[in-house]
Amino acid sequence: MTDFTPVASGTGGLLIGAAAVLLLLTLGRIAGISGILGGVVARSPGPMAWRVAFLAGLPLGAFVVAQLQGGAEIVVGASPVVLVGAGLLVGYGTQLGSGCTSGHGVCGIARGAKRSIAATVVFMLAGFATVYVMRHVAGGGV
Amino acid sequence: MRVVAALAAGVVFGAGLELSQMTNPAKVQNFLDLFGTWDPSLAFVMGGALAVTTLGTWVARRASRPWLAEVFAWPTAQGLDARLLGGSALFGVGWGLAGLCPGPALANLHRADTGVLLFVAAMVAGVALQRFGSARFPGQLAPARTEGGEPAAVGR
Repeated sequence: MTDFTPVASGTGGLLIGAAAVLLLLTLGRIAGISGILGGVVARSPGPMAWRVAFLAGLPLGAFVVAQLQGGAEIVVGASPVVLVGAGLLVGYGTQLGSGCTSGHGVCGIARGAKRSIAATVVFMLAGFATVYVMRHVAGGGV
Repeated sequence: MRVVAALAAGVVFGAGLELSQMTNPAKVQNFLDLFGTWDPSLAFVMGGALAVTTLGTWVARRASRPWLAEVFAWPTAQGLDARLLGGSALFGVGWGLAGLCPGPALANLHRADTGVLLFVAAMVAGVALQRFGSARFPGQLAPARTEGGEPAAVGR
């Protein structure tokens, strides 16, 4: 069970949106985490420093907020084997599908991009189905 | 200056992920558990973010160029294909299994949690597998076209 937190989650969403707009209006770049990460891993042509700086900022910003909230806890429920499998799927799938929750879900839908809307529908449905099978068919052991 | 802007955007993005609790896998999995302990909070993350990005995109489309770069790197890919839909399906399965997507996984690195570290290491390996796998066998798998920040191109 987790508490319903519409205000904190909505406010966090506003910050995420503001960050994406900041990156768009300054560097002209889409704030898609998987795309930026892929650019670093594959050493895409062009300047690398902004990608590394953006990715490094993620844990920095999260750290500051977690400290302000008195060291907020997270619960990672999956076993190590499942986490490795899930990580591979997320890494491979986001590159093949050209984006993730941020690039497709937040930035692409804002442009009205058909590809991003379709991708978001697919990964949401796959997420719903996976958790359904995990918790209500397989018995919640994962 | 470009690096400072990118760092600032990353910090604000990470702060938003933490405040919204997207960084908590339990929260994400409860959001995805429609027929169980459903917690709709994360719909508000997407709603809040989209409200701002929709407005920001509208502004950007009317600007001649970004403040610190020559051109807007709008994605150019058009149309739906098996790579987009199949890749997104694989991603969704992994997202459900772990309760982590790329941004929150990286944002959680400051916690030095073993599970998060395992996930991030596997995720980077998955990224490399796809990127270098498709580079090595160009006939079978075309290089990734990304909506997610690359490559630079003008249009739309």
